[in-house]
Amino acid sequence: MSTPFYVSPQQQMADRAEYARKGIARGRSLVVLQYADGIVFVGENPSRALHKFSEIYDRIGFAAAGKYNEYENLRIGGVRYADLRGYTYDRDDVTARGLANVYAQTLGTIFSSVGEKPYEVELVVAEVGETPEQDQIYRLPHDGSIVDEHGAVAVGGNAEQISSYLDQRHRDGMTLAEALKLAVQSLSRDTNGSEREIPAERLEVAVLDRTRPQKRKFKRISGRQLSRLLEADGATTASEAEADANAEAEAEASGDNE
Amino acid sequence: MEANTRSTGRLPAAFLTPGSASFMDFLSDHQPELLPGNKKLPPVQGAIEAPHGTTIVAVTFPGGVVLAGDRRATMGNVIAQRDIEKVFPADEYSAVGIAGTAGLAVEMVKLFQLELEHFEKVEGAQLSLEGKANRLSTMIRSNLGMAMQGLAVVPLFAGYDVDREKGRIFSYDVTGGRSEEQGYAATGSGSIFARGAMKKLFREDLSEAEATTLVVQALYDAADDDSATGGPDVARRIYPIVTVITEDGFRRLSENESSEIARSILERRLEQPDGPRAALL
Repeated sequence: MSTPFYVSPQQQMADRAEYARKGIARGRSLVVLQYADGIVFVGENPSRALHKFSEIYDRIGFAAAGKYNEYENLRIGGVRYADLRGYTYDRDDVTARGLANVYAQTLGTIFSSVGEKPYEVELVVAEVGETPEQDQIYRLPHDGSIVDEHGAVAVGGNAEQISSYLDQRHRDGMTLAEALKLAVQSLSRDTNGSEREIPAERLEVAVLDRTRPQKRKFKRISGRQLSRLLEADGATTASEAEADANAEAEAEASGDNE
Repeated sequence: MEANTRSTGRLPAAFLTPGSASFMDFLSDHQPELLPGNKKLPPVQGAIEAPHGTTIVAVTFPGGVVLAGDRRATMGNVIAQRDIEKVFPADEYSAVGIAGTAGLAVEMVKLFQLELEHFEKVEGAQLSLEGKANRLSTMIRSNLGMAMQGLAVVPLFAGYDVDREKGRIFSYDVTGGRSEEQGYAATGSGSIFARGAMKKLFREDLSEAEATTLVVQALYDAADDDSATGGPDVARRIYPIVTVITEDGFRRLSENESSEIARSILERRLEQPDGPRAALL
């Protein structure tokens, strides 16, 4: 019988972290930004069906970078957690903080238990409030820590570079079109500093819109509405495009209920 | 293992197990005691006295369906509540109206709404209208034990079928038996009278406005002959709840709209108390 090599706990954790980080870095980055009327999720995603962003509850949205099967499991777990909580207590008692906590515990336990392979995922849980000050954005790295974020946050492969780009340019009270443009700019910058074009069809965009009359604030933006928002130039036309988009959103509100 | 996962605060394994998109299936695996059908009743003599909801009616028209209900809940010979709401949106394209034991029915609707929303969130797509009707059927069946003790819930389900592009109505019996109704349907204690009224007034080519008037007429006739059904209460400003589902989704008529319909009917009935007359031949 061969004796296993001794690996120090520090080394073991460092290896696991390295493993998870590499897995996450293989995925495309995504960004979550606050804007005047809510929170917008933007990412590059060639698939129309396998979403990176989704609705968890009335005011809570979910974004994930990394391995699809792992974050999909966590997403469904989150939906079950939120629905069960809302059913046992009340819809108002489901909060992003509670959900982020559960995710952190789950990721943390999996990360530190030797028997399990660490999850190669990084999550964002966001809740839109009545006012921009009440918005909450939590970033959850693979190891179970929670980071309370404000303004703009990026996760995935190129996250650090994108974050610093966003931090310099993001400001409070941006319109949806402005925030969307900034997000796309930040995503189109490659690691070597060069820029590439991301066509609208490859973008996945969703918003948590606090002005939506329905109790469920999550909505996907795609097709014509998305291209119109992307084409809107500067601040003056941005508000027009948004008014346009709102009118369209109302017309579509019933039809587009994903 | 179970105790262990709980103590760390991580999501229990049941939450992360891939599988059913049904919230009810999840509950029955994870916390079956929360399912309303699983509550055991102690043996009781005779029927249990609890508030009962009464009449629900539905009518289809080209382009959609109207679902409406009166506002009365009774407990024996007592009016338990004058302004109860018995018609609820189930999701964007469907609604459910309930007759029977009010407490259980409201719980059932809450779970049904959640079931549809849960599926939508997990799968990223809506259930078909048939699928929704079948889920409701399962829920009624799980209540059979209670129904045997007099606590029955008999809903009426109406929705807009986005695939077939028309409004459809499904009625149920206490065992969960489901049948699709053509044109119009009613459930609850006043349903016999309401159905009679609708039979004489229904036409294939009703407009939305006519359909909403028709259901209020039917509820008026039900209240006229059934003591457990409440008519429009002008003094307290309590009017029937009328909802319309079309391709634009679910819409509940505002109090102003339904009061206008109810008042115009009341005015006509002052001259003709039995309502509009159908042709003899």
